[in-house]
Amino acid sequence: MATAEENRQPVLQLTGIGKEFGAIRALHDVAVQVFPGEVVGLMGDNGAGKSTLVKIIAGNFRPTHGEIRFDGNTVHFHRPIDARAVGIEVVYQDLALADNLTAAANVFLGRELKRKFGPFAFLDHRAMAARALELFGELRSETRPHDLVKQMSGGQRQAVAIARTRLSNAKLVMMDEPTAAISVRQVEQVLSLIQRLKEQGVAVMLISHRMPDVFAVCDRVVVMRRGEKRADKLIGDTSPEEVTALITGAKEAA
Amino acid sequence: MALPLESSISFANVGRIRWWQRGIFASQTGYVLLALLVLLVVMHFASPYFFTEGNMQNVAKNFSFIAIATLGVTFVIITGGIDLSVGSMMCFSAMITSMVMSSLSTPGMPGAALFVHLAADGKTVVANVPGLILLVSVLAGLATALIAGLVNGFCIAVLGLSPFVTTLGMLSIMRGLGYVVSNGRGSFPGGPDADYFYALTSGDLFGVPAPFIYLVILAVVMAVVLHHTTFGRHVFALGGNEKAAELTGIPVVRVKIEVYVICALAAGLQGVIVSGWLGSAPANMATSYELTIIAAAVIGGANLAGGVGGPLGAIVGCVLLEVIRNGLVLAQVSSYWQQTLVGVIIILAVLVDRVRSRMI
Repeated sequence: MATAEENRQPVLQLTGIGKEFGAIRALHDVAVQVFPGEVVGLMGDNGAGKSTLVKIIAGNFRPTHGEIRFDGNTVHFHRPIDARAVGIEVVYQDLALADNLTAAANVFLGRELKRKFGPFAFLDHRAMAARALELFGELRSETRPHDLVKQMSGGQRQAVAIARTRLSNAKLVMMDEPTAAISVRQVEQVLSLIQRLKEQGVAVMLISHRMPDVFAVCDRVVVMRRGEKRADKLIGDTSPEEVTALITGAKEAA
Repeated sequence: MALPLESSISFANVGRIRWWQRGIFASQTGYVLLALLVLLVVMHFASPYFFTEGNMQNVAKNFSFIAIATLGVTFVIITGGIDLSVGSMMCFSAMITSMVMSSLSTPGMPGAALFVHLAADGKTVVANVPGLILLVSVLAGLATALIAGLVNGFCIAVLGLSPFVTTLGMLSIMRGLGYVVSNGRGSFPGGPDADYFYALTSGDLFGVPAPFIYLVILAVVMAVVLHHTTFGRHVFALGGNEKAAELTGIPVVRVKIEVYVICALAAGLQGVIVSGWLGSAPANMATSYELTIIAAAVIGGANLAGGVGGPLGAIVGCVLLEVIRNGLVLAQVSSYWQQTLVGVIIILAVLVDRVRSRMI
C-alpha cells in the first residue's frame, strides 16, 4: 500500500497534546500526524487514551496542553460543530442513524436540501435521493436511497454513515470501532468503504481493537498506552505480534 | 485480507421491499383503516339509521371534537414524548376565550370601551367593529395555550424533566386555574359577537360541520409539514434516535419546544370549538379527554416509543372511536360497555402491529 509522501503537508498535526482531568493525566505529550489519503490505525487497550484523543480532535474536549494544526492552520475547537466546520467528521460506533428514516434522509440529516416556494421552503426529495445515490455509488455500496435504515444490514448502515461524511467533503474521517459488532462479510464491506475514502484523498483514522482489520487497511499504526504514544510505525515495518506486545506493555516502545 | 473491489454496484443480493410491505400497507394506520371500513359495512347492515345524513353529520362533528387535539398530540408522540395536559388545556383556553369575550362586551369593564358602545336605547350593546371581539378573545384563548405549551416545552427540552411528569403537572395546573378564574362555575360566551362565535364553531357549510372543515385543513397542513419540511424531518429524526439528531446538528431543544407549543395550540383551538358547541365552557369540560385523545392517536398508529405517526392515523383513530360509540348507541348497548371496548381496541391494535412486525 502507498505510504504518505514525506514532502506533503499533513492534514492533521498534533504536537505535545496533553489532557488532565483534575489529578488524572489522561494524555501526555502526544504527537500524531495524518496525511491526506492515509489510513492511520489508532490502537490501545481500554483506558489507554484513544477515546480522549479522538474527543480532543473531534472538539468534545479541549486539550490542556499542546497544539492542533489542521490543514496547516492552528485550530481551537470549542464544540464538535467547530471541528465539523473545518472538515473533521466522526463516524460513531452506534452510527448515529435514525432507524425510522430512509437512507437519503439520514445522509442529509441536519443538512437537508430545500426548494423555495414563495415564503416557504420544502424538502427537495428528488435532489437528495439523487445525491445520496451518487455517494453510495462512489462508495460502491448496495444501498438504495429510499430504503429505511431499520431494514438495512450493518454494512449498509456503515455506508450511510460514511456517505454522510462525504456529503460535507470531510478531509479527515475518524471511525470509532466500525467493525465491532458486525458479521465477517460486512466487515469486508466496511474495509472496502475505507478504501474508497482513501482513494478520494480523505484521511482516515481507524480506532479499532481488531488487529486483522487494522493490518488490512491501514498504512500506519499508532499505539497508545497509559496516555502516551508508544509507537508510530508503517504497517510494513511491524507485525501483529509486535503491536500486541506494545498494547499490553510487554514491549515498552518501538 | 482480500478486499472486494468490484467496479459496478449491483443490487442482486439485496431484496427489494414489496409494495405491500412498505408505506401505508405495512403500517398500523393501514390495517386500522381497513378495520374501520369493515366496521362501517357491518354498521350499515346492523342499523338502517347509521348511514343517514343526520347520523353522518353527527359522527363527523363528534370525532372532529377530539381530532384536532389528536393531530397536535401526534406531533409530540412522534418525537417520543407525551402530553397529558391536552384535556385541561382545552378547558382553560375555552374558558379564557369566553371570559374575554363576555367582559369585552360589557360596557364598564376595563378595555371594553374600545370594542363596544351602547345603542341609542341605552340597553342594547353594539360592537364598534363586528367580529373584532371574537378575534381578540380567540387569540387570548390561544395565547394562554401558547404560554402553557412553552412552559411544557421549556421544562422538558431545557430542564430535561420527563414529559410524562411535566404534562401531568400541567394537567393539574390548568384544571386548577380553570376553577380559580371561574370560581368553579365555568364561563359563557356572550355579547354582540356570540352569534359569529356559534356560527364558526357549531355551524356548518353546505351541510358539512365547521369543525370537520377545520380538521381537514389542519390535517392537510400537518401532512405537508411532516413530510415536506425540514421541521417535519427533524420531528421524525428526534423520535427515531434523539442522540443521532443531536450529533447531526439538529436544534433538538427548539424542535422539542415547538412540538409542545403546537400540541397546546391544537388543544386550545379544540377547546374553543367544543365550547361553541356546548354553549359554555364549564370548569369540568373535557375532563379525562387526554386519555381518549392519546388512545385515538395510538390506535391510529402513532408509536409511543417515537418515530412513527401522522395525521391520517390520528383521524382514523378518532373516527374508529366515534363509530364504535355511535354504533353502540344505535345498537342500544349500554354505554358502560363503550369504555371497556375502547380499552380492548387499544390493546388489540398494538398487539396486531406487534404480531405483524414479527412476521415480516
